[in-house]
Amino acid sequence: MQRLTQFACIAALFWTGTALASDAVETGTGSKTPVPDSVRALPPPLPTQIRAADVPSDNGKAVVVTWLPDASTPSLVRYQVGVATNPSGPYYFGGEAPAAGPLVKDDPKIFGWSPANPDHQFLVVSSYMVPPATPEGNPERVELRPDQTYYLRFAVVGDSASAELAAPMSVTPRQNWIKLHKLNNLIFGLFFGVVILSFIEFARRNPNMFIRKIAGLDAVEEALGRATEMGKPVYFVHGLNSMGEVSAIASVNILGRVARRVAQFDTTLKVMNNDPIVLAVSQEVVREACIDVGRPDAYVPDNVMFVADRQFSYAAAVDGMMMRERPATVMLMGYFYAEALLFAETGNVVGAIQIAATDSYTQIPFFITTCDYTLIGEELYAASAYLAREPKLLGSLRGQDVGKAVLIAILTIGTALELAGIHWLTHLVAPL
Amino acid sequence: MIFFKRTLPLVIAFVMGIVAISIYYIPHQAAVDLNDLLSKWDRIIAAFAAFLGVYSLLYLHAGRLKRRQAGWGYSVFVYLGFVVMLTAAIYNNGAGPLVALRKGGAYDWLYTNVFVAADASMFAILSFFIASAAYRTFRARTTEATILLVAAVIVMLGRVPIGALLWESMPELQQWLMNVPNMAAKRGILLGVYLGAVATALRIIFGIERSYLGGDE
Repeated sequence: MQRLTQFACIAALFWTGTALASDAVETGTGSKTPVPDSVRALPPPLPTQIRAADVPSDNGKAVVVTWLPDASTPSLVRYQVGVATNPSGPYYFGGEAPAAGPLVKDDPKIFGWSPANPDHQFLVVSSYMVPPATPEGNPERVELRPDQTYYLRFAVVGDSASAELAAPMSVTPRQNWIKLHKLNNLIFGLFFGVVILSFIEFARRNPNMFIRKIAGLDAVEEALGRATEMGKPVYFVHGLNSMGEVSAIASVNILGRVARRVAQFDTTLKVMNNDPIVLAVSQEVVREACIDVGRPDAYVPDNVMFVADRQFSYAAAVDGMMMRERPATVMLMGYFYAEALLFAETGNVVGAIQIAATDSYTQIPFFITTCDYTLIGEELYAASAYLAREPKLLGSLRGQDVGKAVLIAILTIGTALELAGIHWLTHLVAPL
Repeated sequence: MIFFKRTLPLVIAFVMGIVAISIYYIPHQAAVDLNDLLSKWDRIIAAFAAFLGVYSLLYLHAGRLKRRQAGWGYSVFVYLGFVVMLTAAIYNNGAGPLVALRKGGAYDWLYTNVFVAADASMFAILSFFIASAAYRTFRARTTEATILLVAAVIVMLGRVPIGALLWESMPELQQWLMNVPNMAAKRGILLGVYLGAVATALRIIFGIERSYLGGDE
């Protein structure tokens, strides 16, 4: 930044010199001496309304500088911001924006959808570069700290000249306690939460509430019965997700219901896992389910197994077991990737009745193609509640459906409003 | 005992669920630090769980070997693979197990020439499975299957030069199919998925869904 200041001074001198030189040329005696390029260099015009402010809804580690660019600003200039912790400096390079840089109206996350000065440009500064102490050293990037006052110098740098704001601006980044740009998300989340919890409460009082039929889940009983009749095992294959994902929890919930039924039918259930934590939870869930239906002897620890943690090793091992044991029923539950078709096609080849449930939209076509029943998307999450037939769990299903109806209504109205050139609903629901 | 098996896990699920949701909306450094701490705990637990996975795998195959169960030969390969890879990793090209894995050693060779090759072969099988699944699905026996067949043919032809050669608008048509009907269906599924995830999360946080703990709800 010191260099920048020096450069600005030199440029100012050049500008004065250029002015004097042009005067000399104009008032001269008519001799046409060529003017050197360096003397011609004029500093680019400084923008107006330059302001520095704290970035809202952040952890207090960034500030934003806004300005109204001058219409005559050449397109090749850059706007630079120098940062110092003292008004007297030293000022370090904090960042720069091109002449055609972003406008305030382009970033609703910081400035909202209806900013006061939409055509102002802006630059977010979150760190500054301290030059190395020795020539062979590397510059150090220093992050801005919350509650520390910083002084910013603003300059416009052209090819051969620059202009700088006379006085530095001071700004103090502050930490915030809420992401205002996520407020719409929070309100919708709370709304859907209240809807779902209300229906759970409603279902407690009205246990005979109607719930739409899900064919794939109605077929679970049939599939388990088939395995019992044929005396062949039921395969429950987990997806590739870990226990930190909701789809894995949903799969484990379904496993609990299936294990209970299988224990009652005295059929063999084999659970394939590719994640050790899912394995531990699955073992516990199957064991407890067996105890719960009064069949603790039905639990065989070896049947809830860790197969492999690599995608295709997992697929190869499970496919191999399917080919050797020829299970009567295969349930594929969770989030799948490319191995989905390897499982489902092998299951098809061995003649198993297959029920798949996944929220991985890229694999849904493969399951629909090869499986007898496919639970699409949210039906995976509904499955546990549906199989349990418990009023309070079914209530959450109704809440889910009402939430979907609300979303469909918003989408329909939003599309109509957008077509009419009205954007407020789009802005209201847009994720930032 | 009920406290440790039921009440405590439910309290932990409730507290951690509320904390995790709150962190998403709070930008304060304290929330960022807490998030980092929880992520570290997650990684530490996952690291310990890896031992659990290895133990389960070896225990299962030891039982099969002991009982000479059908297919016990595969269990021999599990042990063989485990011992060979572990030995190669410990030997580490002569540097021992306490330094970072050396390039070019036995472990590296086995990984590149055995594991990666086997993995790629498994992936390659997928193309044949896609062909057989597509053949079954695209037999135009129902209206839906016919629509699927027509759409698939347009998309496949639109993505190769011969499609444009047959009809110049083929690439645009396939792009429209991907961008409009396909995207609309995808977004519809995703909206349902997110709503389902919210409902499941709420059921777990508020202790309504307990089957993940095992036993009766």
